[in-house]
Amino acid sequence: MGLELTKDDRDMLDGKHGKSAKKAMEIITALGEIYGAKRLISVSSVQIAGVSYHNLGEAGLEYLSDMAEDGQTRVLTTLNPAGMDLTEWKKHGISESFAKNQKRVVDAFLKMGVIATCTCTPYLIGNLPHYGEHIAWAESSAVCFANSVIGAMTNREGGPSALASALTGRTAEYGFHLQENRVAQVRYDVEARIENTDDFGLLGQVIGTRTKKAIPYITGVANATTEQLKSFCASVATYGGVALFHMEGLTPNRTLVPDKTEVITQDELDAARSELDDADVEIDFISVGCPHASIKEIAEIAEMLEGKKVAKEKTVWITTAKPTKDLAVKMGYYDTIEKAGAFLVSDACCAVAPLKGRFKGLLTDSAKACFYARGKNSFKTKIRTIEECIKEAIA
Amino acid sequence: MSKFEGRKIYKGRAEGEALVTSEDISFYGGCEPDTGVIVEKGHELEGKSVAGKIFVFPSGKGSTVGSYVLFALKKAGKAPLAIVNKETDPVVAVGSIISEIPTIDHIDVSKIRTGQKLVVDAGLGVVSIVE
Repeated sequence: MGLELTKDDRDMLDGKHGKSAKKAMEIITALGEIYGAKRLISVSSVQIAGVSYHNLGEAGLEYLSDMAEDGQTRVLTTLNPAGMDLTEWKKHGISESFAKNQKRVVDAFLKMGVIATCTCTPYLIGNLPHYGEHIAWAESSAVCFANSVIGAMTNREGGPSALASALTGRTAEYGFHLQENRVAQVRYDVEARIENTDDFGLLGQVIGTRTKKAIPYITGVANATTEQLKSFCASVATYGGVALFHMEGLTPNRTLVPDKTEVITQDELDAARSELDDADVEIDFISVGCPHASIKEIAEIAEMLEGKKVAKEKTVWITTAKPTKDLAVKMGYYDTIEKAGAFLVSDACCAVAPLKGRFKGLLTDSAKACFYARGKNSFKTKIRTIEECIKEAIA
Repeated sequence: MSKFEGRKIYKGRAEGEALVTSEDISFYGGCEPDTGVIVEKGHELEGKSVAGKIFVFPSGKGSTVGSYVLFALKKAGKAPLAIVNKETDPVVAVGSIISEIPTIDHIDVSKIRTGQKLVVDAGLGVVSIVE
């Protein structure tokens, strides 16, 4: 065995810090051995995925409850979205039984000291690592954002391995924790027009599909907002498993520039859009906020909905983090949105809520949301700008 | 008796009948958590159950939720007795650890046939064909 452990690591592995810390250390050392890590390193931030009862089921909940018996977080740990808005779930049509089970999941995390943020954008609400910081994050879109846009260092963790890092404060040093594995491998020159969040999502789809797990170096995108980058991250991680990219002039990591260059044309971006636009789709569900909407996006949506009414046969979900929703309440955006007949939903999103069978067609600005709407819920999909989504909602 | 040496992923000893495939396994969406039946469309084990078998496959694939599926199988009494891989991927490794299923890898799985009687000693990293 080449994995070097400190006394504290070994004590945890020997069960001196309780059975949950022991189990957690078993997971981390096993991964370290599989990937040939030389040692474990400390992490300062954790983001846990696998929160919706819809995905976890009773067995997953049982595992979390077991770990919560004596497990306690050692570092800042935040949580991915749940399957419902934890306060206003009733009016969104979530069943009593689902709500009860979802609350049991969140309670298990709370017992371990996990901060129940229930968002896929921890970096917008207080879990913001800095450049070069070693962290252990699950949630593929947030992993991609942390590595690429912030320049923090994390592997693409799963739910149980992220929890293991939360309970030990440690992770194995391999993959994206090592500088030599963060160098760009393929260069993509973007000739297509990239303007709105939907375009960034489509670009993520094209690059993700082509590059798979190879690290892209992207040129030709002149500027981008945080919101546009989060859309790109979600999509490139969903369609390709990308955990790190470089975007010339926009992302902070240093890298060599690969010689091998591929071009991304407008035709390809248009083809990606046609691929996500199902024929004869009947839109009855409109959702914005995958990844969770920022306060800026909510302010803009509120302005578009001011004095308007959502069409009777349509349901609108704007999904966000609870602290952002609280700000929206304070600023009056919440009232404007809800008066128009749309819902400002916190803690959840259209990808993890139990929505199967409730709708036929989803209109969204998110390429990632389209992927899950099709795969998990069998909805038809259409992708447009946020502005076009809201226009369609009130048409 | 043939004996193969590999690497421990999770300790434990098991004896039982091999269920072998040359195709990778996605537990999430590919294996029913309450029955152990492989449901992935077109998989060569589609319709077969992993319950109570020594499950021999090259590697895992797919969503990280797969770890929780192995845990669900264990709770339902439908887990494999042990897992033998060519290369254990992190989803299966984490699943084996949280479910306490003896698991070893670095084994040439093409040398094992479905129905053979195996003894797995994962702690020692050894799998033997006893008949």
